[in-house]
Amino acid sequence: MPKIFEYDTIAAVATPTGEGGIGIIRLSGPDSIGIAEKIFKRKSSGPWESYRLYYGHVVDPGNGEVIDEALCVLMKGPRSYTREDVFEIHCHGGSLVTQRVLELVLREGARPAEPGEFTKRAFLNGRIDLTQAEAVIDLIRAKGQAGHSAAADQLAGRLYSKLTEVKDRLSSVLAHSEAYIDFPEEEIELSTRDQFLNALSDVAALLKGLISSYDEGRVYRDGLSLVIVGRPNVGKSSLLNLLLREKRAIVTSVPGTTRDVIEEYMNIRGVPLRLADTAGIRETEDLVEIEGVKLAREVLKRADIALFVVDGSRPLTDDEWTLAEELKGKKYILIMNKSDLPNALRDEDISKLRGEMQAVSISTITGEGIEALNDAIFKEALRGKNEASGGLVITRARHRDTLQKALDSVSSSMEGIRGSLSPEFYTVDLRAALNAIRDIVGETTPDDILDRIFSEFCIGK
Amino acid sequence: MKDSKIYDVIVIGSGHAGCEASLAAARVGLSTLCLTINLDTIGLMSCNPAIGGLAKGHLVKEIDALGGEMAKNTDATGIQFRILNASKGPAVRGSRAQADRTLYKNRMKTVMESQPNLDVKQGIVDDILVEEGHVVGVRSNIGVEYYGKSVVITSGTFMKGLIHVGLVNYAGGRSGDLPSEKLSDSLRNLGFEIGRLKTGTCPRLDAKTIDFSNLIPQHGDEPPAPFSFSTKEITQRQVPCYITYTNEETHNIIRSGLDRSPLYSGVIQGVGPRYCPSIEDKIVRFPDKIRHQIFLEPEGYATQEIYPNGLSTSLPYDIQLKLVRSIPGLEKAEIMRPGYAIEYDFASPTQLKPSLETKMVKGLFFAGQINGTSGYEEAAAQGLIAGINAALFVKEEEPLIIDRSEGYIGVMIDDLVTKGTSEPYRMFTSRAEYRLHLREDNADLRLREKGYSIGLVSEDDYRAFTEKKREIEAEMERLKTVKVPVTAEVNSKLESLNSVRIVEPITLENLLKRPEIRYKYLMEIAELPHPHPDPLPDGEGKLPPLQGEGWGGDGVSKAVAEQVEIQIKYQGYIDRQMEQVERFRKTEKMRIPDDLDYSEVPSLSREVRDKLSKIRPLSIGQASRISGITPAALSILMVYLKGRNRKQNGGAVGWIKA
Repeated sequence: MPKIFEYDTIAAVATPTGEGGIGIIRLSGPDSIGIAEKIFKRKSSGPWESYRLYYGHVVDPGNGEVIDEALCVLMKGPRSYTREDVFEIHCHGGSLVTQRVLELVLREGARPAEPGEFTKRAFLNGRIDLTQAEAVIDLIRAKGQAGHSAAADQLAGRLYSKLTEVKDRLSSVLAHSEAYIDFPEEEIELSTRDQFLNALSDVAALLKGLISSYDEGRVYRDGLSLVIVGRPNVGKSSLLNLLLREKRAIVTSVPGTTRDVIEEYMNIRGVPLRLADTAGIRETEDLVEIEGVKLAREVLKRADIALFVVDGSRPLTDDEWTLAEELKGKKYILIMNKSDLPNALRDEDISKLRGEMQAVSISTITGEGIEALNDAIFKEALRGKNEASGGLVITRARHRDTLQKALDSVSSSMEGIRGSLSPEFYTVDLRAALNAIRDIVGETTPDDILDRIFSEFCIGK
Repeated sequence: MKDSKIYDVIVIGSGHAGCEASLAAARVGLSTLCLTINLDTIGLMSCNPAIGGLAKGHLVKEIDALGGEMAKNTDATGIQFRILNASKGPAVRGSRAQADRTLYKNRMKTVMESQPNLDVKQGIVDDILVEEGHVVGVRSNIGVEYYGKSVVITSGTFMKGLIHVGLVNYAGGRSGDLPSEKLSDSLRNLGFEIGRLKTGTCPRLDAKTIDFSNLIPQHGDEPPAPFSFSTKEITQRQVPCYITYTNEETHNIIRSGLDRSPLYSGVIQGVGPRYCPSIEDKIVRFPDKIRHQIFLEPEGYATQEIYPNGLSTSLPYDIQLKLVRSIPGLEKAEIMRPGYAIEYDFASPTQLKPSLETKMVKGLFFAGQINGTSGYEEAAAQGLIAGINAALFVKEEEPLIIDRSEGYIGVMIDDLVTKGTSEPYRMFTSRAEYRLHLREDNADLRLREKGYSIGLVSEDDYRAFTEKKREIEAEMERLKTVKVPVTAEVNSKLESLNSVRIVEPITLENLLKRPEIRYKYLMEIAELPHPHPDPLPDGEGKLPPLQGEGWGGDGVSKAVAEQVEIQIKYQGYIDRQMEQVERFRKTEKMRIPDDLDYSEVPSLSREVRDKLSKIRPLSIGQASRISGITPAALSILMVYLKGRNRKQNGGAVGWIKA
């Protein structure tokens, strides 16, 4: 049965994605209060009052870790947007915190809302007036189409094919189990218990890999911090501008123009990046510049990846060798700027400077090499991230929730098989697993299973 | 000529569907006519002489719970009873019985003919008479017009039946019976979509010519377990079947005859069932299989005819004879009747409402193979529902609709009317999503009330049912309250049952939840000496007043014990299933009005709109099961209906109640 019928408790981040001052996680449904109580520790006690703002902390009930300081408000149904009990958690903005809070409420029993679902409930529960019915229908349709086109994107496409494999293996175990149930008098060769368990543990491993890739998939949601470092006047700010495709930093030919740290947000192939331009790092007497250099070193320490810019048209200086020393143990990309000018770098120096890291030659004047740089950044961002899941990273809480449900069902079916349970019991779990991934790969109907049985076994008298 | 009577219900056909339909209508007090092509073949088993099996046994028990005849008829004439899957869980055990073909049909004929309100007559129906969209009667091939307020068609394989043996074919409703050549034309003229299906059967062998000495006998269960909730015991003599196998020679013979197979030479157009393939189909599709099992089933006490189950074929007669004789035990076998395939007309079941009434003609109902199903049990179940609903139609009452959470009957009818079928539809337990709840053992608990309120269950049967229900509740309660004390005897008994010792008193219910503890062991534990915790003043260690009353139980019946055991042992799974059932019922209650014009629903794709207009689902739940109806389309529909409803009710919120 499609999820849309289930009047369970749904949750979603209500504020737009990206960095903002406040992020709101909204819950709607009969368990809103129950779930909120599990994760929100408020200062005051006593029963929840509707429309009152409570101060407290979001705490992971699993390990007691405080996630964030937050404000909460309950809007008791029917006096709420959906006419159900609605609970909102206002926490600090930033996708990391809001995602973690959302994950918590999902773990405690909420289900990720479908597109337009809050609005739909509002309508079905009589909250929105009749003239808005058409608008709601359009909304559902629009979201449906957006979802559809999203399915065509590369990530979703790969998830689809991975899960199709999962579906296929589950269906096969299910078909064998069903044949065993429905055709007791046939001489058919069914898979053994061990074969079932092997197939299911493969499926479980695959699901586990995908689920853990969600944490690695954080780079897609929360992004990475990049810092541009280099000796003064090698073109750091020009590079920033080029990457951002706009004039943001002041660019002059006077070394040391950038005294403070400039931060900008950008996106390379879906990976959000926080890009910081820093003062050129060099030995200096200028007090203001000393501050800038100090700051730059701190930013460098915190950054995930450094873009180490050198001037390819001039020989290397001591400052650069010092900086290279500081970059040891850090992810960085060596960028040789000014490729429009004759090269003055020796190959052995380049290979010493880059070590194990990537090196790209660019010109901030002509834009040459910028695509190669984007490639290098993307590659670096995902390096070592997604091996467990065969290179596939899942990014949506909804997908993770789905996969977790499927994994739980697969695990309990395995338990059933190990405990020599009659197949009609563990097939309930197999079906539940197939139902869980239904939203991504489509439904598995009893006819699909029967088709498998009849194509695989010689059955019937 | 016009028949002077006006019947309430006219049933065409007297097979398994026709008999149930006729009896149901007559038993609720409506004047009923059953017209059959041949009065000598009432309730005839055209194919194998057996009733039940996996999922089919479920249907038979449900028919019985509702007050149908099939289970009783089987109990009275069965010659071998077995419970299939006895080693598996209770939900997937299936009862199966071999029946004496002649006794079965004779008893059914007697029941039909002695049923008050029921006229049984011979006649071939050529035309369905319809006035202004209402059925008014039927016309026979000799020009007799019978009038009726409702008509149930159970035509089996008779409509334009075409029998194939090799490349020879001839018209027939079944081997030895006339076909109905004109009825499907009449339906086509009324606007029904008619298709073509195919099925087949085995040659019948002469037992005198079979050498059983080296074959493996297969005996039934002892004691045989009856189908009907009303049958106390099976007393007639039970007989064995025998098992033999095909071999490579058999397969070569079959291959040598494929060029004259109507199936492979393209003569047969109708679609056959994949789960009931002919032997040639099995050889072609699974060439690596070195042998196929054949069950030799006796057709009755007083006949030599043997049904070689597994040898369905439409190969030419010479090949049939050769292939039979290549099989161990059958080297000298004579064929008494050849195997054959039959093609017949059916009407796509998506043209029906869940009541089995046609959407196009009021008062006209279809049941059995005309709806694209196969199997006696599937036919009987539909016949019963069609008969009941024809009667309710005449009485202007709401139809009886069993939903998917109430019975296999509901699963089957919902599948048929919602999805249609492209091959003969057979019931499987895997089709039932609430399989753990839809068990043979609780068919009465699920459906007896309905049968009684319609008037098909006798007062005696109903009283027995309510008594059983009461006993189950009382026993469940007792097991919850009575505690087993910690004694050396109890613990050594538990150890002998490979069960963990108890360290504190435990309820019988919790003990029964242990997988290794069966209900009967509770009784054994109850019989152990149980000293009173505090010795009585006179020093006599009298037997319990233990914690709780009624320690030993007062001997509940086997059926009650079984029910209690299942409900307690599988409670976790059953509860989970019941939660799903609750959710399912919610969407079934979201009714879609009959008169909804889908072209007025905005934003639906053309494909979705066409499908919904064709199927006309009764509820959002049913709509969700139509293939190709997306969750988005359902959302749109729900929102539209809500808006429409609110407009009509002046702002009130709530689903339209049917």
